[in-house]
Amino acid sequence: MKKGSGKNLLISLITVGIIVAAWFIVTSTGSVSELFIPKPSSVWKAFINAVNDGYKGSTLFKHLGTSLQRLMIAYLICVVTAVPLGLLSGYNSRIRAVLEPIIEFYRPLPPLAYYTILTLWMGIDESSKLALLYLAGFAPIYISCVAGVVRIKEDYINGAKTLGANKRQIFFYVIFPAALTDVFTGLRTALGVEYTTLVAAEMVAATAGIGWMVLDASKYLRSDVVFMGVIIMGITGILLDQLIRLIERKVIHWKGRS
Amino acid sequence: MSDDWKEKLYEPEGELIKVDSVGYEERTELIEIDSVDLDYAGKTGSIKALENIHFNIFPGEFVCVLGPSGCGKSTLLKIIAGFIKPTSGAVRLDGKEIEGTDWHRGVVFQNPPLYEWYSVRSNISFGPKMRGLPKSEYEPLVDEYIAKVGLTEFADKKIYELSGGMKQRVSIARALINDPEILLMDEPFGALDALTRESVQDLTRKIWWDTGKTIFFITHDVEEALLLASRVIVLSRHPGKVIDDIRVNFSRQIIEDGADDIKFTPEFYKYRERLLKLINGQRTEQDK
Repeated sequence: MKKGSGKNLLISLITVGIIVAAWFIVTSTGSVSELFIPKPSSVWKAFINAVNDGYKGSTLFKHLGTSLQRLMIAYLICVVTAVPLGLLSGYNSRIRAVLEPIIEFYRPLPPLAYYTILTLWMGIDESSKLALLYLAGFAPIYISCVAGVVRIKEDYINGAKTLGANKRQIFFYVIFPAALTDVFTGLRTALGVEYTTLVAAEMVAATAGIGWMVLDASKYLRSDVVFMGVIIMGITGILLDQLIRLIERKVIHWKGRS
Repeated sequence: MSDDWKEKLYEPEGELIKVDSVGYEERTELIEIDSVDLDYAGKTGSIKALENIHFNIFPGEFVCVLGPSGCGKSTLLKIIAGFIKPTSGAVRLDGKEIEGTDWHRGVVFQNPPLYEWYSVRSNISFGPKMRGLPKSEYEPLVDEYIAKVGLTEFADKKIYELSGGMKQRVSIARALINDPEILLMDEPFGALDALTRESVQDLTRKIWWDTGKTIFFITHDVEEALLLASRVIVLSRHPGKVIDDIRVNFSRQIIEDGADDIKFTPEFYKYRERLLKLINGQRTEQDK
């Protein structure tokens, strides 16, 4: 897998290069309205403007910061609740029997469908947004934690028993580390899902946030701001994912090597 | 520990002797397998995996259980380890019925379930650590057992850096450090190449002879059984029944006389033929 990854990176960069070049060429002819595809220079200008003067009262970093703060708070609550609950559910089928129907029911629902209920219950300010992000992130983490535990070979657990470990020790010293690979898969998926839900969360009664900025700009047909926002969101998303991968590599040093 | 057990292993020596419990009643058994049956649920009702298994294991014995695949030999090991319960009958250790799994019976699995997140050293110290022994007590033991299985240079390596043979060595050390009453080995060397297998066989034989540990070893390899065991038990297929139980002393000869060419002696050949015939007889009967 490692072999030729430098070459693959080059190919990926060429793809990006071609798309950007196409963007320049198409917009430079003037045959396409700025409304549909703004010029790269306009998007850049929108970016500089947003950084320096801000968009509707907040600078770009304030918007981004607000969104990331929402994301991180919801994500952290997710991690500290979904990981233990998921692992326990994998270990104990009764706990799983309690939680599974709830999760199986809401997981396939589009977040916007139950967002209305959440706003009804919790109001339109911050808490309903956090709750939406939390629910979006919970299911993937929970499900992959359960799968991670269920997948553990019986010999791992039997082996620990023959060495004298009790149930609690087996959970902490064997099951938890053995499931870590799957836990991280869940953590990555959850961050992605939460990130995509973020725009939906900022549709209702927000005054700041990168998702809100894009939605608001679209109302005034500010394509340059919309494009700029989408690109920023895309890059941030990639960076967040890379960050988790980096942590994963540090934590699970044995992954893919056994 | 006195060396009495070594003498008792081969009484009476020489002839091929059919062993039954009567001749050995004066010795106290370590493990008593008492009329064990095991049925499991198949598609068409219950299938008998083990039928009326009845024998004792004495302290210091190296028992190899030999049988064609599907004879339930691994199932028997799992019952002794306490992973599964027999449908009827009982297994007793020192007169007490075995209920569940604990560290008094160490297990070496075919695919060693070593913990990749730990180093060799931490894998070996896992048992004493879990049992709550003080670090000062087990730390020197860990080094001792690492040396015993010849892994001193690899003590701080990660599991994924080891070869298959080394992994099995770690697995043996990890089970032995707890000083279990019996070491159960479930086709431990089946997945290794011939040269590696020979070296871990030598190691196992040496550890057995030096420590006097009782070993219960599952294999389908007739030569392996003869080269290691002090006693070979043959199981039939579907259902697993004991069809032969013999004492052999090739293992001892290898240790005491350094007889590495024992495989080529007429005596070894005779035993090998006898066991092969038993096992192959099983096979043809099945295939008809």
